[in-house]
Amino acid sequence: MAVAEKKREEKWGKIIDAGLDEPIKKLTPEKIEKVINKALAVMGSGRLKTFVETCIHCGLCSEACHTYLSNDRDPTFSPVAKVRQTMWPILKNKGRVSPEFIRRAAEIAYTECNMCKRCSMYCPFGIDMAYIMLSVRRICHLLGVTPLYLQDTAHSHSVTMNQMWVKQDDWIDTIQWQEEEIRAEIKNPRIPIDKEGADIMYSVIGPEPKFQAQLMGQVAIIMNVAGINWTYPSFDGWDNSDMAMYSGDHEIMGRVKRAHFEAALRLKAKKIVMGECGHAFRSIYDVGNRWLGLKMPPVPVIHAIQFYYELLREGRIKIVKKFKEPVTLHDPCNVIRGRGLGEMARYVTNAICEDFREMQPNKEYNFCCNAGGGVINCGPIWTKKRQISNRVKAEQMKATGAPIVITPCHNCHSGIEDIIKYYKLGMHTKFFSEILVEIIEIPEKFKVGEKKD
Amino acid sequence: MLEFLMSPAVYKFVRGPLVWVTFLVFIGGSIYRLYTMISSAKKEKVVFPYMSLKYSMRSILHWIIPFGSVNWRRHPVITIVTFLFHICLVFTPIFLLSHNILWYESWGISWWTLPEGLADVMTLIVVFSCVFFLFRRIIASEVRFVTYPSDFLILAIAFLPFFTGFLAYHQLLLPNRAMTILHILFGEAMLIAIPFSRIIHMLFGWFTRAYTGSEFGQVRHVKDY
Repeated sequence: MAVAEKKREEKWGKIIDAGLDEPIKKLTPEKIEKVINKALAVMGSGRLKTFVETCIHCGLCSEACHTYLSNDRDPTFSPVAKVRQTMWPILKNKGRVSPEFIRRAAEIAYTECNMCKRCSMYCPFGIDMAYIMLSVRRICHLLGVTPLYLQDTAHSHSVTMNQMWVKQDDWIDTIQWQEEEIRAEIKNPRIPIDKEGADIMYSVIGPEPKFQAQLMGQVAIIMNVAGINWTYPSFDGWDNSDMAMYSGDHEIMGRVKRAHFEAALRLKAKKIVMGECGHAFRSIYDVGNRWLGLKMPPVPVIHAIQFYYELLREGRIKIVKKFKEPVTLHDPCNVIRGRGLGEMARYVTNAICEDFREMQPNKEYNFCCNAGGGVINCGPIWTKKRQISNRVKAEQMKATGAPIVITPCHNCHSGIEDIIKYYKLGMHTKFFSEILVEIIEIPEKFKVGEKKD
Repeated sequence: MLEFLMSPAVYKFVRGPLVWVTFLVFIGGSIYRLYTMISSAKKEKVVFPYMSLKYSMRSILHWIIPFGSVNWRRHPVITIVTFLFHICLVFTPIFLLSHNILWYESWGISWWTLPEGLADVMTLIVVFSCVFFLFRRIIASEVRFVTYPSDFLILAIAFLPFFTGFLAYHQLLLPNRAMTILHILFGEAMLIAIPFSRIIHMLFGWFTRAYTGSEFGQVRHVKDY
């Protein structure tokens, strides 16, 4: 183990994360034991124990993992190895483990696993290793051992109900600013706020109003051109993101999801359309709803990929000229492996781009961006490790020869940009919305007249 | 020691009461493990509502057929050895002529049996597969890292009944009577170990597969194979 530790440090330096290194100083094996046993009793250990007892330690999941492949097949990075270094000893010792063990377990669970579930597809028994890793995170959260940056986003969720400490006046102001901003592109655009009974409540993640407000403007152009009856809520619940889900803070996750669903119900919206984000979709469609005791979301939820697919198929938006530059498509785990939108994403890509080149492997077999699962949210101290641990993605993208990578997910978008930079691939990431606004046909009534000086 | 092994009393014991104990523990233990596993999954509330028969079957079928899943296709040698090993491990003892004679003598029942030559080959397949798995555990770093001493024990539990069975049939190494008694003992050990070791995958594997198949098919709308 000591050798492996040294090898890691040589690669990305010694990483000091105050959120992990400080809290363990206050832990004792007795405290840890108490917390773990309480956690297991409350969340139930049925699936955990069944998965762990069924695992025959065959290692056939290894090649499913991008971190294993990218770190030169270092055996400590295989999915089963991550379980071996975390949950096996926890269950075997009935929760009595050392604070140092928890530090290492937290590093593995928060920064070496993206919860992408690719390994579940490669395990002969279909063991859900992401679920096991999320359970490790839950335990770490209850012990107060969470990466500092990730914890900050969870705090933000808890205080403001959004991920980025955005205040309500900032939020409303951003919407109105974007409405103003897109007047240069289309005539009399509207971004309705709190419109009751709209067909669609559109929701975004906190970082959009915080520092990517242009995306909200782009979507508004598409909505106006397509003649959609839509709205944003002015109140809490507009943010669909959920880092508490990834920090292991289920209670905050539940509050945030409830606020989101209730915003749609309060506005009597017929459905929620969410922006190009993956983890938010997972939290609404798969995880958060279950915590709230809902088998499926109480309001129909569709992801932007499906929304654009429907708009294009129904001819509600038309394309003037397809996007010329060659593109490749990154399949975000949470909506492709998580919701099977692979075919729709290809329909949209082919409809708007001239030269589409597939990555290999793709669709539900695609490799994760290594930013998802809250890993990118663990902050810049972990960036180098994240970049090194996804060489396989860089190779996969490079092989396409396309200069543009479409990434219909925020985490993928930023994470892949990091990988491009590190491996000097000379590529760029784009959202569907960014391409769409460039090539969409603006109907006569929306055309902006000649600008007057 | 050898004389003790060969004594008729020992033979009578391992062939008689110990068989009953073995089957009681094996069947009772299996039912107990399945029952507690299923009720603990029920307690979690988010398992059963998502189960789907259609997608459970889809998943199980793709994984139970050689080369039916992406990962089986990626590892042809492991796939072939794994499938041969499990088929031979399960079916050789059930359809072996000498075993059939035993339960015919005891309970007056018997069924279709394997030709002796074929049974011999199948036994050797199990024996050599175990050797293959042993070497894989030692040589492949991703397997070695997750290998516990118990993994070698499980391998030995699978290996010994077949190895001693082969030796007994061919009257090698030890007098036939002694080898047969060892063979019976190891066979009983294997059955007893099933519910109480990770050989439990024989029972649980179907359920984990079905659950993941259901989640992937019904909720996630993608393949899990």
